[in-house]
Amino acid sequence: MKAHTDKTYDAQLEDLRNKLLTLGGKVETEIATSMRALAERDSQLAEQVIAWDREVNRLEVEIDECCRRLLVLRQPAASDLRFITTALKIVVDLERIGDLAVNVAERAIDLNQSPPLKPVHDLNRLAELCQKQVRAALDSFVDGDVAKAEAVIKNDDLVDSVYHILFNELLALMMEDPRNIRRANSLLFVAKHLERLGDHATNVAEMVIYMVRGTDVRHPGSRTTPATATQ
Amino acid sequence: MNTKIDVRGLNAWFRGTHALRDVSLVVPENTVLAIIGPSGCGKSTFVRCINRMHELVPGARQSGMVLVDGQDLHARGVDPVDLRRRVGMVFQRPNPFPTMSIFDNVVAGLRLNGVGNGLGELVENSLRQAALWDEVKDRLHQSALSLSGGQQQRLCIARALAIEPEVLLMDEPASALDPIATAKIEELIHELRESLTIVIVTHNMQQAARVSDATAFFYLGELIEHGPTEQIFTNPKETRTEDYVTGKFG
Repeated sequence: MKAHTDKTYDAQLEDLRNKLLTLGGKVETEIATSMRALAERDSQLAEQVIAWDREVNRLEVEIDECCRRLLVLRQPAASDLRFITTALKIVVDLERIGDLAVNVAERAIDLNQSPPLKPVHDLNRLAELCQKQVRAALDSFVDGDVAKAEAVIKNDDLVDSVYHILFNELLALMMEDPRNIRRANSLLFVAKHLERLGDHATNVAEMVIYMVRGTDVRHPGSRTTPATATQ
Repeated sequence: MNTKIDVRGLNAWFRGTHALRDVSLVVPENTVLAIIGPSGCGKSTFVRCINRMHELVPGARQSGMVLVDGQDLHARGVDPVDLRRRVGMVFQRPNPFPTMSIFDNVVAGLRLNGVGNGLGELVENSLRQAALWDEVKDRLHQSALSLSGGQQQRLCIARALAIEPEVLLMDEPASALDPIATAKIEELIHELRESLTIVIVTHNMQQAARVSDATAFFYLGELIEHGPTEQIFTNPKETRTEDYVTGKFG
């Protein structure tokens, strides 16, 4: 990509990009670790995820500050403006993904207090899927890859359907034996957190398409006619 | 929307220099068109072709057509003086007539056009339109040079408005002004759009973004891109426009 005449502007944009990637990397680790804490019944790992989240929160604030500074000092236009407004939006989604990973970790700690429930295979499948979605959304951002972002949006249907299968599976466990209810309910929460996390990955992907193409693909049904200024 | 200015295949030269290359664009009535582009890209030449000022430069020539209200400016029988009455212009540096009072500056154009009586009301209207009235109403007969730069520029706008033009060309009207005076000029542009069509040349891209409906980007005498201002500044189609508005030029 062509450099700005003012090199310090490039450096500031690069700094923002790097911060977002760092944040993305951290929330990915949070998800993976919280799922490991659940699978390996390791509450210490779960505690670690909860502790890491402070760093994620700090980065969110820092990224917001970066964006505000760029907006006011540079009055960015065109692709720079789209990049910075995208950063402002996806930072919220990424931080939220981190929060959801923390929620999973908290559930893991709760579940580790009781003996394990019989294995629920689709939960791992859902976790893998959602992690892949987050990873792909971040990759699409890094590469400015619209095709990758579109795939993320499309795959969200798969996430939802796995979630529904899991929902029924856990419901069956609860009906089978009332002693399962507490644990199955916790797993249901985990499933819901994962499904929500997938939604946030979709939001990121939608913003990536805006960033690259300048077209807003969100809520296609609710679009009013765009203002056609002159001509 | 009615077409006010219609430029077709416009070329302009200064002796050996080809300053405008085959420019075609349309400005609808009661809209503001901003012209942006680096120095020497033909912005000023373009606006000077719209009131036939370009041809006043020795060695200058042009080809193609400029139509205002469908009338070719170079058609037989078009009087350039009459044309400049309909197409007013404001320049980068405030240029009030130094030896004249504020009042006389406003009516200078009218006197040249042979109007002599009942000017008081007209002066007030023009100064009000230029958002200067309240600041000068008690000293209309003082020298125009007693005004600040920003006031002088608004005086020049009042002078241009006094002859009731249909089109106002502004060549960097706020580049020599402080932010408050600039904001006043910009507010004025928003108000004037109700009654006239404005073409403004500016180096300040934020200003173009703030005041205009459409923006045209010129580079090396060529019209690179012309579109709704919001689109030019958020999602331009041409790489050269993108590079210019994001500061990746040169």
